[in-house]
Amino acid sequence: MTGTRSLWKTLIALALTAIMLFPVYWIVNVSLTKTSNLRRSPPSLLPLDPTLEGYVAAFSQQLPQLGTSLLVGVGTVLLTLVVAAPASYAMATLNLKGRQGLSFILLVAQMIPAVVMAMGFYAIYLKLGLLNSLWGLILADSTIAIPFAVLLLQAFMSGVPTELLQAAKLDGSGVWRTFVSIILPLSRNSLLTVSLFAFLWAWSDFIFASTLNRSGDLIPITLGIYKFIGNNTTQWNAIMATAVIASIPAAILLVVAQRYVAAGVTAGAVKD
Amino acid sequence: MTTTPAPVRTRAGDRAAPAAPPLRPRRRPNDTSQWIAWAFVTPLMIYLVLFYAFPLYRNIELSLHDYTPRAFVRGNAEFVGFQNYADIFGSSSFAKAATNTALFTIGSIAFQYAAGLALAVFFRANFKLSAVLRGLFLIPWLLPMIVSASAWAWMFNSDNGIINAALRVVGLDPVNWLTSPDVALTSVIIANIWLGIPFNLVILYSGLQNIPADYYEAASLDGANAWQQFWRLTFPLLKPVSAITLLLGLIYTLKVVDLIWIMTAGGPGDTSTTFATWSYREAFGAGNPDFSPAAAVGNLLIVVALAFGLIYLQMQRKLEKQ
Repeated sequence: MTGTRSLWKTLIALALTAIMLFPVYWIVNVSLTKTSNLRRSPPSLLPLDPTLEGYVAAFSQQLPQLGTSLLVGVGTVLLTLVVAAPASYAMATLNLKGRQGLSFILLVAQMIPAVVMAMGFYAIYLKLGLLNSLWGLILADSTIAIPFAVLLLQAFMSGVPTELLQAAKLDGSGVWRTFVSIILPLSRNSLLTVSLFAFLWAWSDFIFASTLNRSGDLIPITLGIYKFIGNNTTQWNAIMATAVIASIPAAILLVVAQRYVAAGVTAGAVKD
Repeated sequence: MTTTPAPVRTRAGDRAAPAAPPLRPRRRPNDTSQWIAWAFVTPLMIYLVLFYAFPLYRNIELSLHDYTPRAFVRGNAEFVGFQNYADIFGSSSFAKAATNTALFTIGSIAFQYAAGLALAVFFRANFKLSAVLRGLFLIPWLLPMIVSASAWAWMFNSDNGIINAALRVVGLDPVNWLTSPDVALTSVIIANIWLGIPFNLVILYSGLQNIPADYYEAASLDGANAWQQFWRLTFPLLKPVSAITLLLGLIYTLKVVDLIWIMTAGGPGDTSTTFATWSYREAFGAGNPDFSPAAAVGNLLIVVALAFGLIYLQMQRKLEKQ
């Protein structure tokens, strides 16, 4: 391939990326616009007269919501790992009878619409008094991550060499020790992938938040933004500033773990 | 962790390549008692029963009773059999929701797929920055839905949106993107296409990686140009992956509530209401919650999603056999 052709491709790719990411740029641009300039027509394409008033408003009003989302995200990750890792281990290496049936159930579980789950949870939580509680939200959010986590982890763990497991056995290592001191350390990367996705999904969840945690004292950031929009449609700079802040975990994920993100998207789709 | 011998870690850590052939016939040590295996799965089983099966069961129960908000608290809803299902099929919203669901899913996945495939083929060539830019394409998929949906809502705003501003610049009339009954559905479809492109790009790109480079070399030697290579080589060889991408896209798109709810709340009227948003609106939208019809619509949605889901699983099994 000649150098100039490659350069052309890079230029086209840059243009396509710019088009694709325009809405993202626009979020940032609006977040830096002065309230008095928001209604200007046509809107300014560049933040020439930037202000942080949107961010000040966002932080003064949305800090508790960010904290709530952080707690819910971490809680979801822990619950996901505790439930999914041992099960994946048994499915992958312990010759579990009924493994195929279980995989099938997990695949099907991923196809159930969240709105249906939300109604079922609502009916149950109403009786148990779990509405508007962080625990309730963590439990509901984990349903998004757990089937995915088990399928991804057990696919990885099936790849652990059999000889290694047999050697551990000869050394007198029990099933539990093999799990803790061989399987878990070896699966570090896939555990990380699963944790990243579980966190991101819990952090981004809108459906469970808007149904199971509508009027609590501690609402997550997604609902914070939604209510923000409903309450004041004049301050779009503050709304977009909050949106920028709410996107930080996604940005970190992309920078730190792009490789795992792509792996997570394809897992369970092309091969599982 | 640090005592694990390094070579072993790298070998199992790089799971992109298939594991080296085992020395012994590949069998798991199977004298481990099934009891122990099931003990490890027990938390998952309990979890699935309590947090999947039970909500779904409750949902079926909701759809077979007449749950008013008061009956909800008291727990004495009247059993009405399939009345709720009959009601939703007879409802004036049904035909509209069915058409919208079809338009929304087909419109979204057709364009997502076409754009994703074009981009995947484009990014297949190695050029400077290709990996970085391909990574940036993932951003829409990673952003919280509330962020993307509210950004699109503001861009589509009739008076202050950038899209109408652009239309005015080129001398066209502004459009009431989110508030006109004729355009609202198109607007949410546009936003949803944007959201779905990354997913299609990533899966199709990984599918392209599995087509051996020699095929293309042979095709070039035979004088096939890029266009011919695409239609005679890439597209046919990618068919199984394409089918899977489209089916998964379909299942995901059927479920979409948040995007539509945040942008238009299904309106104006019910011009952008799909089955999923209809169900959400009945149960959690403004006004009196009406859980029983909402659950009936939801269960109908499950049936549709599972039907396509089973086709998907069937196809995936076929693909694995190849």
